Order: sequence, then structure tokens, then C-alpha cells
Amino acid sequence: MTTTLSEAQSKLLLEPFGLPFLSERLVDNPHEASDAATELGLPVVAKLCGDAIAHKTERGLVKLGLRTSADVADAAEQLLAAATPADGAVQVLIAPMVSASRELIAGAVLDPQFGPTVLLGVGGILAEAISDVVVRLAPLTAVDAMEMIESMSSQTLLGPFRGEPAVDTEVLCRVLFGLSEAITSTSTIVSIDLNPLMIVDGRPVAVDALVEVAER
Amino acid sequence: MTLRNEQFSALFDPRGIIVAGASTHPGKFGFVVLHNIVTCGYRGEIFATNRDGAEVLGHQTLRSIDEVPEGAADLMFVCTPASTNGDLLREAAAKGVRAAFIASAGYGESDDEGRRRQDELVELADELGMLIVGPNGQGLVSTPSSLCAQIVAPYPPAGSIGIASQSGNFVSSFMNLSRQSGVGVSRAVSVGNAAQVGVLDALEFFADDPHTSVGLIYVEGIPDGREFAERLGAVARRMPVVVLKGGTTASGAQAAASHTGSLATDDRVFDGMCAQYGIVRAATLTEAFDCAATLVSQPLPSGPRTAVVTTVGGWGVVTADALSHTGLELVELPADLRDHLDTLLPPRWSRNNPIDMAGGETKDTVPEVLRSVVAHPGIDAVIMLGVGIQSNQGSLERNGPFYPEHGLERIVAFHDRQDRRYVETAIELSAEFDKPVLIATELAIADPDNAAVSAMHDAGRFCYPSADRAVVALDRLHRLRAWRDRRGLPPFAP
Repeated sequence: MTTTLSEAQSKLLLEPFGLPFLSERLVDNPHEASDAATELGLPVVAKLCGDAIAHKTERGLVKLGLRTSADVADAAEQLLAAATPADGAVQVLIAPMVSASRELIAGAVLDPQFGPTVLLGVGGILAEAISDVVVRLAPLTAVDAMEMIESMSSQTLLGPFRGEPAVDTEVLCRVLFGLSEAITSTSTIVSIDLNPLMIVDGRPVAVDALVEVAER
Repeated sequence: MTLRNEQFSALFDPRGIIVAGASTHPGKFGFVVLHNIVTCGYRGEIFATNRDGAEVLGHQTLRSIDEVPEGAADLMFVCTPASTNGDLLREAAAKGVRAAFIASAGYGESDDEGRRRQDELVELADELGMLIVGPNGQGLVSTPSSLCAQIVAPYPPAGSIGIASQSGNFVSSFMNLSRQSGVGVSRAVSVGNAAQVGVLDALEFFADDPHTSVGLIYVEGIPDGREFAERLGAVARRMPVVVLKGGTTASGAQAAASHTGSLATDDRVFDGMCAQYGIVRAATLTEAFDCAATLVSQPLPSGPRTAVVTTVGGWGVVTADALSHTGLELVELPADLRDHLDTLLPPRWSRNNPIDMAGGETKDTVPEVLRSVVAHPGIDAVIMLGVGIQSNQGSLERNGPFYPEHGLERIVAFHDRQDRRYVETAIELSAEFDKPVLIATELAIADPDNAAVSAMHDAGRFCYPSADRAVVALDRLHRLRAWRDRRGLPPFAP
């Protein structure tokens, strides 16, 4: 049996591995929410966060583009009210709002045959349709990480794109290394999902993270 | 030599062979294997056993292994019923036999009883220090010993591809392609149930075997992926390895909550493993053989810059299209090469790559153009098209009603000579400049007797039945070279 950790717990577990997460705050009420938003800089996103909540978007538990501290407080109130008893203990996550025209997906999976693997692909809503995914066995070497990036089919997506610079492959390599290190050094991790890995002005930014762990 | 390699030497290069369970019935394995061993010219001594001591194919059989002189045989080929094989192994070991191929069925592939019997057999073989391949396998081939110890055809020409397969049928398929193309095989083995010896064990022997320069394997089930990757990867650093894998459909959606879990299908993981460990993974049977055949007969290109040389236009255009889907580069002709070709070709030639000679050849044009192109430092690889068309016309003339009159005898002989010469030139230039020079023509299939095709066949060089297949194979070689360069590994020694 496996359990999927909450976004906040997932990010905490992944903290030592140098992944490009945004700075964000976990809050318990609307007041703290608007303070956090002011501190981080508007606009922000607010998400309901709890152990049993994996599919936030499908349940409308993500509020995007909050531009004033009043909006943030309202959103936090609505999110907390939307929680059901099945969700267990919940908090609201406030994070800077980033937008990107390119989304990748990166992750790590414990393969039943080959053990720890690292994955990189085209993300976003068309991810499954485009199906451009590259897998390697962990641990990765520097050459392996570079080759992963180079062997994606959608190379035009990685180059300069719609006025934005090319994807910073050094940062992307560090993401792949971090994932490789996380899954090889943490025996409980079954899978890691960085989805989406947004490309903000060429820089990969992990706006969400889900870690699945084996239950003891 | 390691113990394992000594045992494999006994398997592939035995001083003598015992065929246990030789039969007088031409439909039985025990007849067929003896037939194949004798027919294909095995030079060591052959001992066949038969319960009744009957004569089989002119061989006086022995009633028991007791009658085999001690130390006269290294290998035993077993066609007897599973229940008797334990005693056979003991008797054979006492006579100095080091390896056995077990064709008999009724083991792990059948039922619980069979699985138990198989475990006991392995335990016994380990105790006796004997290598056993199978059970339930088709047999083995070893051209350095002219040995065809298998219950099926064919026997391939000698060469340096080493084949190991979880499925005997694929061994036959690869060897049929070897016969067709003339690109030969060193050793081939079907591991059957792989009770003691698996595909990787054979492959590891091939890596040490001076007769083998490329490994070609077929696998289905992989019990321990990590061990498989590490062992295969270690071999692939020393010798090119081509893998064909059966059962590539996805079943790896094990992590329901995870998006990456559903994207990391079995096939993508296997594919990534091959890319990471420098293993050439082929999608189809023909692609697998094309790659292996290319790796044994061509050096790895030092870069992607490819020139296409063709006698006429259309072929070159289509080949250029095929190149655009790969990591190879249809290189723009260097100015000095273009100027030099101007002196060899009529003004209507393409003056770019593909180098279309526009039918402007005189007697020595093709060899001269080819030499200039292969020799040029700005070109890493050459694909040559249009070879064989002269002798194709020659063939029609030779078989027509006017031959040998009207000067046909002379011109037909000239056409054949020219085509042979083009092929020989390509082979010489490839060796002289250490660059791949690939020749493609559909005549490879359409007319194996064509002078160009048979010259390729005789030289053990692969003649690609289409330019796109040459492009795919060359691309694989280029990718393998790039993989090695990035890891500071030298290209494979020829």
C-alpha cells in the first residue's frame, strides 16, 4: 500500500534536494492568508492543502490570480469552507502566481523491474496526447541528464519560444539530479510528481509536488 | 580463462560431441540433430547413443555413454526423455563432458513436476561443474567449429555476429537473414527455459570471444531489471549489443495517484535503459539484423555529416528526406569537393548533396567520385545508391534471345565487372579512410544473383534493400558513437 502526501508535506520531504520550488506559506485562516500574500507579493494563488487531497484542480480547490489582499482572504475562507470531513486536517497554501506558456512534467518512479527511475516529459493538459516522455534509471550522471533533455522529441519547445528565452538546461539538469537523488536516497519514496514544471522566462519552476510513499 | 568461459568453450568448440538419444526416425529430434551436425561439416568426433545400438545415418551408435572414450567429448546434446537425463549427465561428466545442450521438453515449461525436475537438473549440473543450456531449447551453432547442433535449420555463413535468444525461432530468423545477406554468424544459441544459463551469460562469453564482435539478443521476460541493465551495460561498453525485446506493451500503470507513474510505462523504462547504457535497441526483427550486420561490417562514423552518392536523381532525393528524420546531417558539399567533382562529372550533375552523377559516368567515374567523397575530411559517412543497375540490364540481355550475339556477351561482362568494381571500391575506401560506406539497392532482394549484390554477399557486407534502411542503421551507428564520445570511450576496435 502507498499513500500520497499533501503538497506541503511533499515539498517538505523534497526540500533537501534543491528543487526549484516557489517560496510559499501555509496558513490557517483568512487573516494569515492576506498577510502571507502581502509578504510574498501579489498576485498569488491559494490552494486547499491536506493529507487526503490529491486532485485539487478537479474539486475547485485552487484559486488563481488573486490580486488584492481582500481577494486572498475571501478565497481562503471559501477554500476552508469547502473542506469535507474526509479531507482531514486542512490548511491553505499561499504561493506567488506564476504563468508560463510552456509546461513540462518531471518526476521519479520506483519501477517494479528496474528500480528507481527519473522521468521528464511535456506537461500541461496535452501531456498524455503529446506523449513525449523520456525515462532513465537513477542514479543519473551529468551526461545522462543532458541526454534526457536532448532526447525529448519536442526540441522546439525547449529552445527560444514566443519571445521567451530557451529553457535553462542547467537548472533542468539540477531538477533531474534532485529527483534522482531523492528517489535513490529515500527508501520510502515510490513516486514523485513535479507537475507542472513551469518554464518561467526560461527557468523551470515546480509549482506543485506530490510524493507517494510506501506505507510502513 | 574463467571457469564459465572454459565451459562455454566446451559448448561452442568441443573436441567431440555425444548425441544422446540418436534416432533412426527422420522426424525425431535425435535424428535431425545428428543429421545437421554431420551435414554442416563438424570436424570433431561424433558419438551417438541409441538404446538399441542401431545405425543412424551411417553412424554406428553406442548403447551407452560408457562406451565413449574418456576425454573424447566435451559436449553432449540431449534429446532423451526428461526422466532419464539426470543419469546421463552423471555418466557424461564421468567421461569429461563439460557442457550439455538439453533439447528435451517436459521441464519448467510444462507443470509443477517439470519445474521440480528442472530445479534438480540445475542442482546436479552445478554439482558436476557442468554447463547446461536449455532445457526445451532448439540448439546451438558455432561456425568456427563448423558446428550445427540444433534441431532446426539453417546453418549460417561464418562471421562475427553472436546470437543469443530466449526464443529459438528468433535464432532461426536471424540466421536466415544471415544466409540471405552473407553477413555471417560466429555463435548462436537458443537458451530455452534458461534453467542455468541465460541470454546474458552467453552474451558475456561473446564479449570475451575473439570470434565474436557484435552481440545480437532477443529477450522477453526480464526477472531482475536492475541486474539485467548492469550486466548488459557492462558488455555494451566492450562490444556493440543489439537488443530486440518482445512484449513491449504497457503494463506499468502501478501508481494510480501519480501522473509520472502512468507515463513511466515498461516500454519507456526499457527504452531509457538502452539509451543510457549504450545498447542498440531495435524495433523489429529486420531492424535488429540490419543494425547487427552494419555494426560488424562498418566502422562507427566519427560524426553526423553524411553524403549521398547516386547515379540518378530520385533515389537521392528520397534518401535526403529519410536523413532529415534522423540525427544525421545531409552535409552541404564543401566548396573544394564540389570544385573537384566538377572536373569529374558533366555540367548537369547536382553540384550539391545528394551527389547526383546524372548518368554522366564513363568507365572510371564512379570509383573516382566515390574516392573523392569518402576521402574528404568534411564527410563522416557515405550512402551509395544506383549500384547494380548496369548488371541488372546485363541480366536481361544475358537471358534474352539475342545473347551472346550483337556484342552482348562483351557488354554484359563489362556491366558485371563494373558493378563488382564499384562494390569493391566502396569496401576498400571504407577500410582505407575508416568511414562507413553503405550501399543500398532493392536488387538485394529482387535479384540476389546481380553482380553488385553477390559481390557484397561474398564480401560479407550488408547490402541494404532500401536506402531508408541504410539511413536507419547508419543513424544507430552515429548515435552509438556519440554515446561513447560523451563518456570518453573509444570507438570499438575493428
